[in-house]
Parts: sequence; structure tokens; C-alpha cells
Amino acid sequence: MRLLHRKQFPTSKDISGCAISGMMSEIGAPMSGEAIIRSIANMHDRSNGLGGGFAAYGIYPEMRDRYALHVMYDAIDDKQETERLISRWCTVYGDETIPTRPSALVRHPPILHRYFVNIKPEVMERFCDETEDDAIVDLVMTINNESKGGFVFSSGKNMGVFKGVGFPEDIGEFYRLDEYQAYIWTSHGRFPTNTTGWWGGAHPFSLLDWSVVHNGEISSYGINKRYLDNFGYKCALHTDTEVIAYLFDLLVRKHRLPFEAACLAMAPPFWPQLERLPETRRELARTLRIVYGGALLNGPFSVLVGHSGGMVGFNDRTKLRPMVGARKGDMVYMASEEGAIREVCNDPEVVWHAAGGVPIMAHLKEPEKVIGAEATARLKAHSCKLPAGAWQESPRAGRAAASVQ
Amino acid sequence: MTTINAEGVHYKKLNEDIHQSLATGERQIELTNVRGQRYIGVGLDAGVDITIQGIPGNDLAAFMNGARIEVNGNVQDGVSNTMNAGKVIVHGDAGDILCYAMRGGKVFIQGDVGYRSGIHMKAYQENFPVLVIGGVAGDYLGEYMAGGVIVLLNLTDDPKPAGYLLGTGMHGGAIYVRGQIDQTQVGAEVGFDQLSDQEWELVQGLVVEFFGDLSLAPRQFAREEFMKLYPKSRRPYGNLYSY
Repeated sequence: MRLLHRKQFPTSKDISGCAISGMMSEIGAPMSGEAIIRSIANMHDRSNGLGGGFAAYGIYPEMRDRYALHVMYDAIDDKQETERLISRWCTVYGDETIPTRPSALVRHPPILHRYFVNIKPEVMERFCDETEDDAIVDLVMTINNESKGGFVFSSGKNMGVFKGVGFPEDIGEFYRLDEYQAYIWTSHGRFPTNTTGWWGGAHPFSLLDWSVVHNGEISSYGINKRYLDNFGYKCALHTDTEVIAYLFDLLVRKHRLPFEAACLAMAPPFWPQLERLPETRRELARTLRIVYGGALLNGPFSVLVGHSGGMVGFNDRTKLRPMVGARKGDMVYMASEEGAIREVCNDPEVVWHAAGGVPIMAHLKEPEKVIGAEATARLKAHSCKLPAGAWQESPRAGRAAASVQ
Repeated sequence: MTTINAEGVHYKKLNEDIHQSLATGERQIELTNVRGQRYIGVGLDAGVDITIQGIPGNDLAAFMNGARIEVNGNVQDGVSNTMNAGKVIVHGDAGDILCYAMRGGKVFIQGDVGYRSGIHMKAYQENFPVLVIGGVAGDYLGEYMAGGVIVLLNLTDDPKPAGYLLGTGMHGGAIYVRGQIDQTQVGAEVGFDQLSDQEWELVQGLVVEFFGDLSLAPRQFAREEFMKLYPKSRRPYGNLYSY
């Protein structure tokens, strides 16, 4: 743990859980960060001031082909050391201090800097048949594990994570999110339970264009961490949620599973429930459970996963954390509490409480226009439907599916 | 009747405003523009009538002691947590852990309810909690239930009126379901039966009250449409903690 990232204690304590909220325009319409700040602020009392953060998609259109590295540093020496590493690996097309608005409510911020990069061709040669995405993953792991006081907390294209220690609405003001335009926003208010509140430990956790905000705890963290270690993912951020971001990267980007299959692997039906599924579905669920045992997430959770093509919300199998979905026109909302959705959309067409283990998925309707042809092909492959069969035949699951898909 | 605009008001201030209004002798309060404020109606005594426009936050009517709350909208999690007495009427859906450890009074939900509704409801002497649900229910309905009744009306005639693991750990009370529940959907402690004359009379009375309170057009049901879920044993752990 780094010197400046020391624990900060709130002045009063109201026992609660974390808050998550996300909103997406399925036609890729840009929205400022003002609404998502209002939404997460509605659930102020679910967090305790020890972490807040946001992920935003579509914010760097002029740099859409560059990886945007957001890095936090303890000290100027750490910045120099890490920048030497970045320059060795990458061509840097631009870099700047991440703009912030000084605030008495956000104390001890680290040095916050961003870089727009591509991996140098000569560095790519070292990676044999792997892609530039793989090289970026390697770079992020290297910096986060080897650099003394530098952390990469965002590394996707045309997206960015903004996070720190404080209440989420104060963190949003601090990062001037009202000045950004994104078609997907996710957000988090933290109430740390198992690890300290520090800047790198705030949500979202992000790798490439995956971002994860999470309410709950992953009691299978040790198993997931060891499993991910086999594939070169090093968990360095002292928080369980990190594994979900890496698991999505491994299962969906690397192993090319559809989102639905990845969720089924991470939150599979219990064995007796699995036996009751229709045959094709049963075989699929059984196979995923066996092959991806190390990716099974245990413990209570509700999670929002953002990616450039959409947003996925899902719960643990027994629904031990809240998740509400809503839709109005091309807008999809997911949050811990309905109040947070009504704060920004007072007249949704449909509102429903998610079912345990059943993902809610929102996708761009015309992704070619927003993320380009190559990413669109990938998105279409990942969005394919699994063999028919209700998730758990729960009445609510059916209603939820009808209103999103 | 006092109207309080809850727009942008923090839950602590809102609840203080409610209590101040009650202190002046006001007994009817309308709250408008409610969006997620917690703890509304906590501990309020009989004679108080609160109408809510919007979405009240978690733990609505927790420990409530006789007051009446009517909500024109959906409600969130933990409604009527450990409620003692009174009535909550919701023209919408409810979230999870509805009626958690409820000990008395009535809760009527027009729409669907989330997971773990009626978890550890309990009854003692004259205290008898009642939950009536108009729509369908998620998993773990009546988990660890120890007393009182849950009526699941399934007014939308869903072929699957509830999820799985219903009545897991149930050791008291009863759940009356309109529609079919099969053995795979219930916990090991749960038995199926038909409604007795006395039980059918209770359910019919509650149905009339439910439709009346929610201003819905009355419907007639046949006893055969309902099935009863009951705990096969009573006090199964009675010998386990005998000091």
C-alpha cells in the first residue's frame, strides 16, 4: 500500500452497503456526467465516503484509436519511473494532467495523469501471435506490480475511469465529469468492508475497455485470483472486485464466450436447479461449471460491467444484493435502488427487480456508428444467444428478459 | 392534512419534518416527490395516516406500531422490517426482504415482490402478521417463516407464481398460493395441503380487504385455485438449544 493512499476514516458511520448505478443510451447518444452524479448521490447513505468512482464510454472521440491510460502516482519520482516504462513500450500520442476541480471534500489526491498510447511495433514483435490488447494487459500488470508508486486504473480506448477516496458525488465534481460526454456511465459509492479505502481500491475496476462496479463481496476471491494468475492476470489492488474485471477479459475477450455464457460460468445455477434445465441448456451449464470452476463467483454480489458495446448487470445466484433495471425509449438504467433511477428518469416505461444469476444486458443498437466495424463484429459474436431455455424459469426473470432483449 | 414536499430532502430531515408535524397534532400527512428516502414511518403509532407519492426508500414502516401507510408507486427493500402493527398498502411492486421478521399488522402489495419476502415472519398470541401479494414472488418466499400468513394471489395468472426454495427453514405460519407450486420449488420443511374451511374464510376475508384497500375491481376465487404450504414440523430445533 502506498504512503499517500493511507486510510481515511469518516466522521460518522451509518451501516450500509455499496451503491451502484449505470445508465446507457442504446443509440450511443452522448450525455454529460451530471445525471449519473445525481443518480449515485441519491444513494449517498449506502456509501461512507471511503470510495467513489465512475466509468464513461465515448469520452475521447479524437483519440478513439489510442489506449487511454489513466495513471495515479504517489510522488513525482514514481511518475518519472513509470513514464520511462510507458515510453519503452508505447508511442505516446498525447499526455496531460487529468483535469480536476480542487475540493475540500476530496483529500490527499495522488498525481493523476493520462496518456494516449499505442504499443510500439518493435514491442509487438515480442508478443508473437498475441494482439495489441494483450500487450496493453501485460503493460498494465507490469506497472501495477512492479512500479513503486504508479497505478494504471484505466486502459481502454475511448473510455475512462475516474475514481478516488470520497463520496461519489464529490469525486464526480472533483474530476469535472459534467464536462465529459459519454453514451454509457457507470458509478459506484463505496462502503469498504474487507480492505482499506484507498484511491486504487475505489471502483470501477478496469482493464482495457472493461469496467466493473460491485456491491457485495466475492468470498471466492482466493480461488479466482489463483485461477487468473495462470493466465497472467496479477491482482494488485487489494480488493475482491478486481477479479471480476479480469474474468470478463479472460472469458469474453480471450476465450470468446458470449456475455451470457460468461455470466452463466460466473454465476451458474446450483446443481439441483441445473438438473431441471432443458437438455441443451443443461449440458451447456454443466460444461461451463466444470471448465470454469475457477471463475465461479461465490458470495453476495450485484455487479455492473461496462464495455464499449454495452452494459451488463448481474447478481449472485441467491440475490443477496439489490439490482433494479428500468427502460425508457433508448435509455437503459440499472441501479441498487429504484430511487436512484427515478432521480434521473421519473417516468420509466418499465421497472423491474433483477432475478438472482440472471444477467440484464443492454447493447448498442447500431454499434458500427459508435465503435467501428472491427469492434462491432466482436460485439455481435459476444452478444449471440445461447440455446433456448429460461435461466431459472423464475417469473421475474421472464419479465426482465422481455423488457431488455 | 399536511403535505410535505420531499424533493431533494435528505431522509433525516424528512423524518424530522414528519415527526414535527405529528407533534403539532397532525394525523394525516402526504409526502410528495419521494425518491429513495429511507426509514419513513419507522415506529409510528396507531392513528397516523401517511400517503406517499413516489418511491420510498429502504426500511419503510420498519418497527411500525399501528400507523397506516399508502404508497402510490413501487417500494424498495426491507419494507415493514420487524413491523409490530398497522397497515402498509402499495400500489406497485416491492423489492427484496419484504416483511422481514414482521410481528403483526398487514402489508398489501398490488404487484410483484422480490426475493425473501416474509423472511422470518412470526406470530405470538394476538400478534399475527399478514402479507398479501397481488403479483408473483421471487425465490425464498417465507424463508425461516415462524408465524402469520402470506397470501400470493398471482392476479396475472402466471403459470409459475413463485420462484424456488420457498419456505426454506419454515417452521410456523402458512403460505396460501393461487396457482401451482411443485415439490422442486419448496424447501425440505414444506408440506402441501388444501385449505381448511377456517383458512379459506381467512383468505376470503383478506381478499375482500385487499381489493378494497387497493381500490381494485373485486374478483371471486374458488377455494380449489389455492394451495397451502405449511411446515411439516413445529419447533424442529426445540431440543437443540435446551440449556
